[in-house]
Order: sequence, then C-alpha cells, then structure tokens
Amino acid sequence: MSEAAFTNVPKQVEELLEKCGTTSRRNFLKTSGLLVVSLTASPLVAKAGSQAAAPQAGGPYPDPDFRQLDSWIVIHEDNTATFYVGKTDLGQGTGTAFRQLMSDELDMPFDKTTCIMGVTDLTVDQGGSGGSDAIQVDGWPMRRVAAEARRVLLDMASKRFGVPADQLSVVEGVIMVKADTTKKVTYGELIGGKRFNVSLTGNNIDATTGQAKVKPVQDLKIVGKSPQRDDIPAKVDGSIKYAVDVKVPGMVHARNVRPPMAGAKLISIDEASVRNIPGFIKVVSKGNYVAVVCQREEQAIAAARQLKVNWEKPATAQFPSSEDLFNYMRSATPTSTQRPNPVGNPDTALMGAATVIDAEYEIPFQGHTAIGPAHAMADPSNGQMTIYSNDMKSYGLRTGVAQFLEMPRDRVRVVWMEGPQAYGRTAADDAGFEAAFLAKEVGRPVRVQWMRQEETAWDTKGPAFTVKMRGGFDAQGNLVAVDYEARAADYNHLGYNEPDTVLIAQLMGKRRSTPAPGGGATPSDMYTIPNRRNIAHVVSLPVVWETPLRTGNLRDPNGPQSTFASESFIDELAAAAKADPVEFRLKLLTAGNADNNAFLRARSIAVVKAAAEAYGWDKRPSPKPVSNGNILTGRGIAYTYRSQTVVAEIAEVEVNRKTGHVWVKRLVCAHDCGLVVNPEALRRTIEGGMLHSLSRTLHEEVKFDTEKVTSVDWATHPSLTHLDTPAQIDIVLVNGDPNPNRPDLPHYGAGETVCKPTLAAVANAIYDATGVRLRRIPFRDERMLAALKTAGVV
Amino acid sequence: MSNVTLKVNGKTHTLDIDPSTPLLYILRNDLDLRGPRFGCGLGQCGACTVIINGVATRSCITPVSSVKNEITTLEGLAKNGKLHPIQQAWIDEQVPQCGFCQNGQMMTAKALLDKNPHPTDAQIREGMARTLCRCMTYYRVQAAIKRAAKLIAGIGTGSKKEVTA
Repeated sequence: MSEAAFTNVPKQVEELLEKCGTTSRRNFLKTSGLLVVSLTASPLVAKAGSQAAAPQAGGPYPDPDFRQLDSWIVIHEDNTATFYVGKTDLGQGTGTAFRQLMSDELDMPFDKTTCIMGVTDLTVDQGGSGGSDAIQVDGWPMRRVAAEARRVLLDMASKRFGVPADQLSVVEGVIMVKADTTKKVTYGELIGGKRFNVSLTGNNIDATTGQAKVKPVQDLKIVGKSPQRDDIPAKVDGSIKYAVDVKVPGMVHARNVRPPMAGAKLISIDEASVRNIPGFIKVVSKGNYVAVVCQREEQAIAAARQLKVNWEKPATAQFPSSEDLFNYMRSATPTSTQRPNPVGNPDTALMGAATVIDAEYEIPFQGHTAIGPAHAMADPSNGQMTIYSNDMKSYGLRTGVAQFLEMPRDRVRVVWMEGPQAYGRTAADDAGFEAAFLAKEVGRPVRVQWMRQEETAWDTKGPAFTVKMRGGFDAQGNLVAVDYEARAADYNHLGYNEPDTVLIAQLMGKRRSTPAPGGGATPSDMYTIPNRRNIAHVVSLPVVWETPLRTGNLRDPNGPQSTFASESFIDELAAAAKADPVEFRLKLLTAGNADNNAFLRARSIAVVKAAAEAYGWDKRPSPKPVSNGNILTGRGIAYTYRSQTVVAEIAEVEVNRKTGHVWVKRLVCAHDCGLVVNPEALRRTIEGGMLHSLSRTLHEEVKFDTEKVTSVDWATHPSLTHLDTPAQIDIVLVNGDPNPNRPDLPHYGAGETVCKPTLAAVANAIYDATGVRLRRIPFRDERMLAALKTAGVV
Repeated sequence: MSNVTLKVNGKTHTLDIDPSTPLLYILRNDLDLRGPRFGCGLGQCGACTVIINGVATRSCITPVSSVKNEITTLEGLAKNGKLHPIQQAWIDEQVPQCGFCQNGQMMTAKALLDKNPHPTDAQIREGMARTLCRCMTYYRVQAAIKRAAKLIAGIGTGSKKEVTA
C-alpha cells in the first residue's frame, strides 16, 4: 500500500507526524503489522486483518490498544524514540514535559525523542486535555510504560550478553556490561523498527503499567531541567501548521449564518440573494442552522453576509439584560443546590456574634474569546470522516461526531493539531461538528471558520456568579463563623463534545430531556473557622437552548469566581479585625490541627509565607492611609488550592484617582505543584495564567440586551493588552512537602490553579491603596472612578 | 476578477482574483504563506500583521488592490537560513504559548525596532498596545523585544538548548 493511499492526509500533517523520527508511525505500523496485531482485544481483528493488504484509505480507524507497549513507544534503528500519547498541548509545553518524563524513565537523551499527541488512530485515548491533569494523572502511565520499555530492553541485552540484567547499565540509550564496558548495544540495535510485543496491564488507561517500577525522584535527570520547548521554533519561523492551515485538494470553504437573536426561528432563506457571488456552491440549512459553502474563503464570507434569511423573533425576552442580570439571579429559584456539610452551626454563631460583616460579590459572564475563532476542516473522502481540529479533547470529538452523523465510530478520526487556545472552549468543539456535517452534505472536504463577531457572541461563557458572604467575630475579636452562598447562572452547562448539546445540534432542534445541572463552586482553602458553611446554588436563565449565553468550562471552571468572593471577604474580615492580611490568613491556617489534611495545610502555610517573603511584605492592616498625589499604591494577597496544587499571589497596584485607572505593577506568585518537570515552562504557564485572570479582573464582561449578546469583538469584550502588563512578575516555585526528598514525590497539575486568586489579590490591593472595596468584576476605569467618587477619595 | 501583481518576500506573483479581496486570504490561500492568521477581520487584534513599506499592516482589512509596495511576511524574516534576531530572541525567551498571535507580536515588534532600535519600556508598551495575545504572553514578548534590540545591536548571544531564568 502506498503512503498516498492511506487517506487524504495533507503533506504538512505527514511532516508533523514524521518530523523527528526516521520511521513514521504509519510506516512502522505498516512494516510491523502492528496496526493489525495491536487490535488483539478488539472484535475488529478479523476485519482489520482482512484489510491488511488493502489501502488503509478505506479505514477503519481502530483505537490503538493501550495495553500494548508498542502503542506508546517506538524505538527507531538510529537509536531515537517516538512517544505516542493521548494528550494535547494547549501551548504550555506539556508535550515537552511528556518527553522529559518518558525520556528519563527510558534512559534516552531528551533530544533523541519526539512525541506525537492526540491523533485518534495513532495515539492511545488518554482523553486529550482538561482539568490540569496531563502531568498529574496521565504522566504516570507515560512514566510506567517508558520504564517498562527500559526493562524489556535490558532483558534483551541480558540475553544477548549472557549476564543478568542487574549487571548491565544504561547511559543514553546504550546498554553496557558493567564489568566489561566494551560489551555494549544500543536500543536501536536491539529493537529498532521492530515491535516490543509486550502486553501491559491495568483496568483503565490511567492504571496502565508493565512490570517495571518508575525511578525514584532522585534518579531523574531530565525531569527538573528546562529544555527549550519543542514546539516553539516552528511557531517563531512560521513553519508550524495549525489546524487552521490544513488544505487538501478539492477543499471548499464554509461560513455560518447565525440567528440575529437568541431563540429566533428560521422561516425562509432566499438562496437567490447569493447566487451571483462567484464560487457559490450551496446554502446548507437544517432547523435553525444555516451555512453557506463557496469555492474560496472570501466568497463564503461575502455570501454569509449577503444571504437573505427571514427569521421569526421570539415572542418573549430570552434573558434579562446584563444590567439586570444580578437582580434576576438573586430572585430566581435555584435549579439545584450543593450543600456540603457545615462545620458547627453558622446561623447560631452569627446570631450570637458581637460583630457581623456581610458583603456580596458579583462576577459577570465572561467569554473564552480565543484569539482565533473556532474552525475545523473535515474530509469525507472514501466514506470516512477525517477532521483536522485543535479540539483539546480530540477523542471526544471523534465519538461525538460519529454519533452526530450516525457513522460507525471507527470510520471517524480526528487529527489533532495546534490552534488558538481558549482554555476550555474547544472541549465542546462546535466547528468540528459543523465541518463534518457540511462535508457530508456537500461531499467534499469543507473548511469552516467562525467570524470574530460570531465567536465572541456565541462562544461558551464562564458563568456569572453572585456570592453573599457573612462573617462574625466574638466579643474578643475571634472569627467565629463564615457563611458563603453562591448563585451561578450555569444551568445547562455544556458538556464535552456531546452530539446533543453542541451549538449545531441545538440549532437543529435537539434537546436533552434533562439539561446538565451545572455547578456553583465553593472556596478551596485550609482555614480553620469553627462555624462554616458553603452553599452553591445554580440558577437558570429563562432560555437555556440556542442561546449565546450557554456556559462551558472556562479555565479553572468557576474557581476564579468563588475565590474572588472568598478571598476578598477574608480580607474584609482582616480589615475589620485591624489585622495584617497575611498574618490573619496564617492565623486561620495554623489554627487547625485535628484534621486529616495536614499535607495540604502545611503547603498552604508554605506558599503564603513564601509569597510574602518574595514580595517583601510589610506587616500592617489594610487600608493604608490614603496618600497625596494622583497615584495611590497598595498591595493585596490571596491564596487557594486546586486539587493538590497550592498557590498564593500578591498584587501591587497603582490606582489613578483622577481617571480610575488600575495598573497592576507587580505580581508575585508562590506556587507548589509538587515535583516540577520543566521549571521554565512552568513559570511561563504561571505568568500566562495570572495575566489571563488579570484580564478577567480588569476588563472582561459579556454584555447583552434581552435578545442578544452585544459584546462581539475586542472593542466590546476587551482583553488585557501590553499596556496592562505588570512591570515585574516574580514566581517562587515552592516545594512545601514536609518530606521533599521522598522517592515518590508526585507531580501535580499546574495549568489552572494560578487563575483563581488573582481577582481577589487585585481587589485587596485596591482596597489597601484606596480604602475602597470593589465587589463587582471587572474593575474598568469607570467603575473604579465611580467607587472612588462615592467614597470621596477623588 | 482581474490580474493583481504582488511582490512578497522577494518573489513576484500575478494572480487572477477579485481585487477587493483582503490581502490576508491571498497570502494564506493562494500563496501558502500561513504566518499571517485570521483573528478578527476587523483590524483589532494584529494576528494578520504583515510589513509593507516599513509599516506593520493589518492584512485582514487591506484590500489586495491597495497594496503597491513589497510585502514582508513572517516567512520572509529569516535570511539565508538564519533566523532574524527577533525570532532568535523569541526562542531565547521562550515566548509563545499557543503561538497563534505571535506572527502579529513579532511583525509589529519588527516594524517598531526598525523605526526605533532602542525603545524605552513605555515605547514598547505603546507600540505593541494594539497587538493582542489571549495566552497573555505579554511579559515575555516585552522581554524578547529588549533582547532582540540587543541582538540587533550586536550585544548578546543566541540560544542555548536549556532555558535559564
């Protein structure tokens, strides 16, 4: 079978797949027979076997078997290795980190390895990305299979040299007899281009293991170093091929035509209105989903703009306007309530408290707003469906599209490629479904891309929150109770690539009988407060289908909202107690001793102390006396954790009392995510995460009237810019583990925790500088200025 | 449709196209230059930036018929197989995350440094203010611009394989 016959894999994708190995995956599968043999657990064996001699273009596209070592690691004849993992890299260097973890366990030099990610028929299904679990969870099977490969290779060398494996050593992919180092053999010589044929065990992919044990932390040599990220050179010289760049022969272009307001019903389409456009091919519509297909991209854009569509406006308002949103949310009956077990009795404690403080915080809907809109290219050739996509969960897209189009799952494949990241947006990859649907309709490869106004209006949103907090002190000034009650507008929260909830399915009229309940969120901290309760309600907007206010997972879903409230309120309590904000937190962290979370508590104390030390924190209560001059400065701290990653952040602000402008001049982050794989890539991930949340703090709010979103571009849904960038960012990588030299020190996730405390750290710094407490996000100049005026600080 | 002649990165192309087409689509789809990228189509974000006559130009709102001078795209920055100092600085600082906007960051920085080889911090912020990044790599972009200015001036060296803080 020839390479060209495989599928319509564009040359650039071939190059991507082949980029560093001497043997491509496909050649390897072909020459080794692995494609067939790796299916031993699958009923498709016979089918695949019978097709072994036929062009693979006919499919099917089976799942690589995660219980076969060959599915994870290929050693090439030139003593290089390629790793195949089921994750995707959102631009934070996880692909480089996987190589570090696996190279280290395998004892191969880092620069002799490559990593292929997220292509559904080439890499095992580890679910793609999400939840900051790439290193924390998926890193473990990667380490174990690499260790197993090393064990098998040592075993082979042991037989070759006739000496026990424990009398062999490995240095950079070369095995030597310890007693006679002239006796040596490379991995490539032992197995290059051939299969391991070794079965692995494990009830699920996360549990995948061989017989070998992973190395103790002290023996890791590549982990903990900062090799340059392998994806960056191509991003800098322009040679990278993103999913948005894929082009195949015969490909045509599509653009969507969205309803002009939520809940609009399609009455008629005047196709004649676009027939004069050169290159026009077809209007495709089903239910309220409408798209135009043209030969060229600019033709499709023109046709989408020009197409006359008659929509029927809904009879009633679909949602409150953004100005009325929080009042609506406060008065709505919750659709569900999460009520964790309270500690003590907060109501009684608050009734008996000498001083009660209460406050309410508001966070609007915020968009994912990727720098590049949603896009995908789908190729329906040969009765298959291949989708080129930046979907962070490519495996889910494959399953979802197969169900959506009612195609056998093994006839659908997703080739994951990099793309503009939006931290959760692509987990429900609308464009992938649309491209596949359109490709099926027109029978040709179709590339679809959303327009900016469409993306900003219709992308998934982080839910709006309103949070009521109450706290009480006894007569001696001890904090005796804290009560947290959140309401999140998160009903019908979008799932991952579900064929009945992606936008195209909704517009086609699909409805799930039970919408996803959505979730509020509760604070994550290790404070010991004798009476405490966290309640999280979900409320629904009047309409939850075919709405641009559909909610989805936005980077650390709901954590920034809940932490803004809880960590702002802790600061308000500290101010009421006239206590230093760091001291106040440390007192609450050290108050407990009888819980089973000592590990998390110790690390919480460590990051708060480390952040204060790195900043040069001066102990005093907030606010500081308001100074003369136009620029008021202050500092604020906030702390939280997510899973096992613990973070404290300090913001230093300058507030211009004449304009209301807030500049966060300096950010400090003390970060503990356990074992660090690549410190410099981690630092940049932390910087980006904090600044993303700074953007949400200062700028981002989705505005809407009662029928449509009016934040539709970078002017109306503004983002952080170079002008907002702090002059200084200090990151301290803490390892607060009580025993940081233990051999099994785990690596936790790092992509999202830093997003949580930034909002409160900035709010607390503004309070410190001005004595004004902002409780509604975002802190745009006009809101700050109005608050300063009200407080008489101007 | 009509014949339009474009000079891009030293090569001349004649194309039979609608002259009102934004330059971006011609570069990407006809000339296979994928450095410039679609971000907004409104000239707001900068992902599509190319350099024409020394000016960082938003190709998504530039009709191809209005282009009279040579166009430089990201692909045209490296000379004789050697990265431009801006590109080298971007690697040294390990700037990109997803990288989608970095064409705009680098091309805007190029036009900035060509005009002002030693910009102050304030000039960098102002010069880059309208070039957006949603991975928020701004802090590293600004550091890389300062590093590139030094490389261009002949101070500083190229990249090591390992990153140091």
